[in-house]
Amino acid sequence: MMASKVDVVTDDYKEKYGFSDPTDSYAVQGVKGLSEKVVQEIVRIHDEPAWMEQIRMKALRHFLDRKAPSWAPELADIDYQDFYYYASPTKQAANSWDQLPEYIRNTYDKLGISEAEKKFLSGVGAIYESEAVYHSIQGVLSKQGVVFTDTVTALKEYPEIMKKYFGTVVPYQDNYIAALQTAVWSAGSFVYVPEGVKVSMPLQAYFRINERNMGQFERTLIIGEPHSEVTYMEGCSAPVYSSQSLHSAIVEIVAQKGSLVKYTTLQNWSRDVLNLVTKRAHAYEDSMVSWVDFNGGSRLTRKYPSIYLLGPRAKADIISVAYAGAGQVQDTGGKAIHLARDTTSKILSRSVSKDGGHTAYRGLLYIAKGAKNVKSSVRCDALLIDERSTTATYPYMEIQEDDATVTHEASVGKVGEEQLFYLMARGISEGDALSMVVNGFLEPFAKELPMAYAVEFNRLMSLEMTNAVG
Amino acid sequence: MKLEIKDLRASVEGKEILKGVNLTVAQGETHALMGPNGSGKSTLAYTLMGHPKYQVTSGQALIDGENIIGLTPDKRAKKGLFLAFQYPVSVQGVSMFSFLRAAYNNSRPPGTDSPTIFEFREVVAEKLKMLSMDEAFLTRYLNEGFSGGEKKRAEILQMALMQPRFAVLDETDSGLDIDALRIVAEGINKVSGPNTGMLLITHYQRILKYVKPQFVHVMYQGRIIESGGEDLSRLLEEKGYTWIKGYGGEEEVAQPAP
Repeated sequence: MMASKVDVVTDDYKEKYGFSDPTDSYAVQGVKGLSEKVVQEIVRIHDEPAWMEQIRMKALRHFLDRKAPSWAPELADIDYQDFYYYASPTKQAANSWDQLPEYIRNTYDKLGISEAEKKFLSGVGAIYESEAVYHSIQGVLSKQGVVFTDTVTALKEYPEIMKKYFGTVVPYQDNYIAALQTAVWSAGSFVYVPEGVKVSMPLQAYFRINERNMGQFERTLIIGEPHSEVTYMEGCSAPVYSSQSLHSAIVEIVAQKGSLVKYTTLQNWSRDVLNLVTKRAHAYEDSMVSWVDFNGGSRLTRKYPSIYLLGPRAKADIISVAYAGAGQVQDTGGKAIHLARDTTSKILSRSVSKDGGHTAYRGLLYIAKGAKNVKSSVRCDALLIDERSTTATYPYMEIQEDDATVTHEASVGKVGEEQLFYLMARGISEGDALSMVVNGFLEPFAKELPMAYAVEFNRLMSLEMTNAVG
Repeated sequence: MKLEIKDLRASVEGKEILKGVNLTVAQGETHALMGPNGSGKSTLAYTLMGHPKYQVTSGQALIDGENIIGLTPDKRAKKGLFLAFQYPVSVQGVSMFSFLRAAYNNSRPPGTDSPTIFEFREVVAEKLKMLSMDEAFLTRYLNEGFSGGEKKRAEILQMALMQPRFAVLDETDSGLDIDALRIVAEGINKVSGPNTGMLLITHYQRILKYVKPQFVHVMYQGRIIESGGEDLSRLLEEKGYTWIKGYGGEEEVAQPAP
């Protein structure tokens, strides 16, 4: 199952997303393989403090000393020496659009990003190839004391915040891939929102892999101080490659008392990418954390955004949506870990499988002893477009308090002949009818997006649906 | 222009239901198709619209001389055929507004520009008013959680927007209280006109108090066994079906309101 192979992608897809830029102009080409030397090189290039180097080295040893977990068999099959662990397109982050190299601007243009920016972005941090190359923070943000930068820069400019929080939500010992990630992380976003500050526009970053066999290891840290509010968005799209590409990110969120942090992801990596992500939030008293997560790209994604409810009345909201087409596996879900009283969690998972794609919902609901009066609802619905496609659910629950109110619902459905007939009777083509049904099914996700993103998301799903029918 | 059904035979899962139906509806005419349960009325409706479960084994259905059998339902709709469903299907997450807009745009002649969202909003507002429907209706999901009456009104709303050349209304009157029936019937009357031919499938007499057909047909065991003018429906109400030559079924009176 895990052998490298080229997925058949349609011309439409190639035309829209499958462009590739020349890589000669890379400032740092990087060395293939994983070793102490490579990690030291990353530290040197970033000019990192000693404490970070120590964490990286410990993480590397931890990773090398361990075997891949048995529940994720593909992790053992990966040749970890066969990747580049660092590549950077520019030596320094540019601070205006015009300063960007032309080929990078072209790439962004093809993705329609500059237009989106003009329309409704006022603050953008864009990440290209493991390195922030373009960065503009709206004046208002900095006046409010909000920091939105790349993680490497944050290490230099906000060392005390980085040192205080880095690895506290997802320590390198947490899991096999987290150890690797901590050893070789090379970019990511850093967001710091001071007490009481409400950031009205979503902070957005764009991620892109552009090098054959290149590992992408973004490390993102978001701190919401008490009573602050922030929404972070990431959207990805990648060129079509013929060989395996590894992507592994860690996102850590700290939501302090009364804060509100929302993290939205549109994941559309090219279909040879292995996407292994650890996303976790610590939610303190009266705070609320939302993960809004779409996984539609990659060959295999493993991602289970989690929220640790650490203070009374904290709220967790997870919307996990996945699409698996030919040759794809989307193993996604969510975890709510209730460690305090009066906390609530809501997990909604919706997945669509087509052309032999496989989706899995993997979730955990944990209610600790002493976490009184917890409310939780878990719902996972799967839609199968054809007979070849499959889905599975692995809902784990561990509830140690009697007074918890827990609901769990799951369903598997097929797109109904009657639904298609009804829509087609109104002059809507079969492909459009299928798109409509699927987009309707995924609407709980789309409605969380800004309008332009929702439109693009619907278009993307329509493209996937109409390819098979037409 | 005519909708001509010629010796149409159709099967469901190998069982023949339509056994040679002949019927012609011209634009501007209203026909009522009556008959007992299981006579094949709804099968005719689905077969005309092209439901994949209904296999046409012989015969034709022509719009303006062109056979539509073999076309997919969307193509038939584009030829001007409309079916008001007896049991409209719900689709979660799809707003009435976006669905109606798609239906409306697909009903327009090829090459014409689709209206903007604002223009369409005006078009739909007028039709909603005609059917005593609230604009909040547009933000709901397609048929989801609709009452029986709301579903039927929504069907007529779609018909009013698409302005079909031929409309088949499959028991649109079933499951409606008297107020809803009146509103729906008024809606049908407003849509019908010189440019629309209507085939009103009904089990009951009562809708015919509001919608006056020029022609009435009786279907039994997959065939039309009697045709006549409006007086035929009154006759059916008084005497039931048994007097009709070829009717071999049980005594059944075309019922008034349930």
